[in-house]
Amino acid sequence: MNPLADPVGVSHYLVVGAILFTTGVVCMAVKRNALGVLMGIELVLNGANVNFVAFGSPVLRGEQGSILGLDGQVIALFVILLAAAEAAVALAITLNFYNNHATVDVDRADDLKG
Amino acid sequence: MNLSLPLLAAINWHGFFFLLFAALACSLAVAVVLAENVVRMAFYLVLSLGATAGLFFLAGAEFIGAMQLMIYVGGTLVLLVFGVMLTAQAPFVSIRTPVGDRVLAGLVGFSLLAVLLLAAVTSPVWRGGGADPTARATEPMATPLGMALVGVRVDAAPTGSEDSQAAGVRSGYLLPFEIVSVHLLVVLVGAAYLARAKRRRGLPARPTVRMGGAP
Repeated sequence: MNPLADPVGVSHYLVVGAILFTTGVVCMAVKRNALGVLMGIELVLNGANVNFVAFGSPVLRGEQGSILGLDGQVIALFVILLAAAEAAVALAITLNFYNNHATVDVDRADDLKG
Repeated sequence: MNLSLPLLAAINWHGFFFLLFAALACSLAVAVVLAENVVRMAFYLVLSLGATAGLFFLAGAEFIGAMQLMIYVGGTLVLLVFGVMLTAQAPFVSIRTPVGDRVLAGLVGFSLLAVLLLAAVTSPVWRGGGADPTARATEPMATPLGMALVGVRVDAAPTGSEDSQAAGVRSGYLLPFEIVSVHLLVVLVGAAYLARAKRRRGLPARPTVRMGGAP
């Protein structure tokens, strides 16, 4: 069975969501710039959002209907809003860190090390 | 032209645009990881999230796609780009990571990706069906979404759930909507408080002016 010739289904979207999630996790682990870590978080949230939209989609399963119904889209909307809030707070923390330490390297944020 | 028309009709356009947007989103997300320059990372992230909005449109969630473009790409990432510009001093534009850390993160990432792909592909519930490429556009989702956010459900229950058998009143999302809105307000007030301009401790912001003293 050729996955490229099939009509687009939920599992196609799950593959895209998995790739976005994994790149976000690797981005969070690898980047030393605090804003790079923030971009990794955005990628992770976006990958989860792709999954929610796929589960809530009314068209992706043909006449079988959606799995989550409207819940998937509402959760995706809430994730977008909370990502905006999270980005605002994280940016404020980063700017504060930059003002106090004159760097955005997260490896230098070791003031609390015992 | 006569030759190309049956060829055009034979193409599964839904699948074609899905593959286009999926390839754009995934390759640009990988580019975010591989890029060294933080400004380029922000640019690739903008394009990746925009391509994801295209995927949302293709899944029949056009309101979510529009919100993705307006809030995420238009708001959150502009905020992020401002952060990049405010902190983009020359030594911080590209901070190198040690090679050993990169290899380790790549190994962890590939194993996580293998697990996720296995789970996504093997489940028969998620493989079944598929979008009908000849189907017309479905009814817009903005009205059921908006009515559900103010507490009234006008959409059909998902097939197979117990809600579809029980003809009772289904709850909307009024309380989560209020919680999220108050949460957003509190978070933005807190962010404005955290990021306010203040003098750095220890050194005064500007030299004090002495009245009538010797220079």
